[in-house]
Amino acid sequence: MNVLFLSRLQFAAATMFHFLFVPLTLGLSIFVAVMETKYARTGDEVYLKMTKFWGKLFLINFAVGIVTGITLEFQFGTNWSRYSAFVGDVFGSLLAIEASAAFFLESTLIGVWIFGWKKLSRRAHATVMWFIAGASNLSAVWILIANSWMQHPVGYVIRNGRAELADFARVVLQEWAVLEFSHVFSAALILSSFFVMGISAYHLLKKQHVDFFTKSFRIALAFGVLFSVFEVVEGHIHGSDLAEKQPAKLAAMESHWETSTYAPKYLFALPDEQKERNSIEILPIPGLLSLLAKHSPSAEVEGLKAFPRDERPPVFISYASFNTMVALGFYFAVMTIIGWFKRNRLVESPRYLKFMLYSIPLPYLAVELGWILAEVGRQPWIVYGIMKTSDAVSPIATSQVFVSFLAFIVVYGLLGAVGYSLIIMNARRGPATV
Amino acid sequence: MALQNVWFLLWGLLWAIYFLTDGFDLGLGTLLPFIARTEEEKSVVHNAIGPLWNGNEVWLITAGGVTFAAFPRVYAVMFSSLYSALMLILFALIVRGVSFEFRGKVESPGWKRIWDTTMFLGSLLPAILFGAAFANIFRGIPIDQQGIYHGNLLTLLNPYGLLGGVLFLLLFLVHGALWLAVRTEGKIHEKAGAAARKLWPVLLVVAVIFLIATKFATNLYANYLAHPVLFAIILLTVLALLGTRVFIAKCGDWKAWFSSAVTIVGATFFGIAGLFPNMFPSSLNPAYSLTAHNASSSPLTLKIMLIVVLLFIPIVLIYQIWAYNLFKGKLKKEDLAYEEA
Repeated sequence: MNVLFLSRLQFAAATMFHFLFVPLTLGLSIFVAVMETKYARTGDEVYLKMTKFWGKLFLINFAVGIVTGITLEFQFGTNWSRYSAFVGDVFGSLLAIEASAAFFLESTLIGVWIFGWKKLSRRAHATVMWFIAGASNLSAVWILIANSWMQHPVGYVIRNGRAELADFARVVLQEWAVLEFSHVFSAALILSSFFVMGISAYHLLKKQHVDFFTKSFRIALAFGVLFSVFEVVEGHIHGSDLAEKQPAKLAAMESHWETSTYAPKYLFALPDEQKERNSIEILPIPGLLSLLAKHSPSAEVEGLKAFPRDERPPVFISYASFNTMVALGFYFAVMTIIGWFKRNRLVESPRYLKFMLYSIPLPYLAVELGWILAEVGRQPWIVYGIMKTSDAVSPIATSQVFVSFLAFIVVYGLLGAVGYSLIIMNARRGPATV
Repeated sequence: MALQNVWFLLWGLLWAIYFLTDGFDLGLGTLLPFIARTEEEKSVVHNAIGPLWNGNEVWLITAGGVTFAAFPRVYAVMFSSLYSALMLILFALIVRGVSFEFRGKVESPGWKRIWDTTMFLGSLLPAILFGAAFANIFRGIPIDQQGIYHGNLLTLLNPYGLLGGVLFLLLFLVHGALWLAVRTEGKIHEKAGAAARKLWPVLLVVAVIFLIATKFATNLYANYLAHPVLFAIILLTVLALLGTRVFIAKCGDWKAWFSSAVTIVGATFFGIAGLFPNMFPSSLNPAYSLTAHNASSSPLTLKIMLIVVLLFIPIVLIYQIWAYNLFKGKLKKEDLAYEEA
């Protein structure tokens, strides 16, 4: 138990907890805005009821997401001060832009939306929700640009013993950032659509509020089918871009040891990091890894052995998180496509509805695995190729971090329990009868 | 050099706006158990700050973010040195933030009491700790050449640091009481006015003691003696503080609140002007101090960030003023039923 280990645990816990709430904020804000716009346009009361019901769940989720977000900004300084001093010139500005250009708008308007029902016209109130949705997603853009820079640093020079900004446009517009944002944004919409479809399925199974939840289900389904199919394609492009820019991560997530042409992909493999090989390999498909990563079955793919031991990420974690995430990604696409064909007879499809109800946690699992792959797979680097995680930690006392880590476990544990209890309670209760 | 000085000024300004805005909701959150007895009164207090606290808190995030971007070494050393204090502030802000949303979700007195308590503690702690942290910065922090902190949480709880904590708390309490007066009428309005009247003399005494103690505990007055024009800041702050009392007596709610706002901004700049160019002075050796000149980002980053800030901060101010304008009126009974939203 040293400062480095505890700080990594604490950062992982705080970030993964925060990200339980972020994707639903990103996606559900858009759905609620769509619903409220329909109400503003048509005056149909069912859309007002929808806005209020889903809006209530959105707000509980939003509250936990927003308070746990402050932690992340603080932690760069408290626990990763050497990192902050080294990269602040590039990385700090991205966070500052996020706060001033996006987070301000979202936070100011959320109060207006909650308390402004009688103060604004229907149309203006709906517009406020669009701004909240836009600003939340714009926040994500800047945060993901910052993370992309840690994954694939560009547009900087090493000068005065630190990374200094050289080309702002390259940092902001690099391909990695575009791919990472598309990936996370799609994941957020998939998660949100499964959330709405799952809760709708719960009520449709009970044959209550049928019109209300059929409409809700179908709004979510439209987004769900579109983005889960898109995510499969986007994920492939993201992966082959990664193969070129982070070859060690690619080798770890595929558990690929020997540099080879016609590299195979296995249906299942179990890496043995000590012996530098896989202890189990089932059903190899020759050349498939080469084809997926490098667009040609004969292409050479670097294996883990091409990297010194201390520059390899943990193989099992990378491999397991990647493959489970991909399997879930395909599951989401299949389930939403099935849903598309059943969309006009949802109530008569109880088995499908039951699947959708129990699928609510799966996108949550997928997004967390995605972040585990992104961050663990980048190790030992905190900024790929230029700074190691072990050189980034603050020179502080272990006891401090130990106490704060325990406090995070307790406070976040309670926060999560209360937050999700409230969400479940309100989801079960169904729309208010106005 | 000029660019770094502009950034130093902006850095101070962002902290000042943070204390001016979040100050009243932290103060009112602390006053909650004393000023609101019935459920209706508590609901009034929540509604008085509910629509605005979230946007106010982002000034803190922005002040932090701008420190990170423009003065990375200050950010790194400040946040790691003040680790325990900042973690306490963080946890306080977390439980406070959710209490706004959670409180009304279950109809049970016990449940509401939990979130009233988190609201109280979550408002009280940051108010005191921000004051203590800044007073300690004025005084100097035991950091060495590498920016490594030689002390612990108790190091910050020296008499001058504590005095700073009490000063901030009182500033925020008066500010919060006056905001409640702005937004209410009837009995709770009288209670708010009475609280402000009772707290004001205490604030005055503590402020005077703080100004005198600063002479002995810190080096802040060196800049004032070198540039006597700076004394105008102190004069203005004191006038604003006296003005606050005058407007309370005349029942000018808005004027009193504005005066209190000017007092807070003035108090912040009193410290900022005295610190310059230091941002995080070392008490071990002045040569180890982090200044606007030795801890800043590259000129390119400072320029880009200056454009960003000069573009977006005015826009933020415009829509925040719009939001304040929307929620400036006296709360009526029918406004309290926001929960059904």
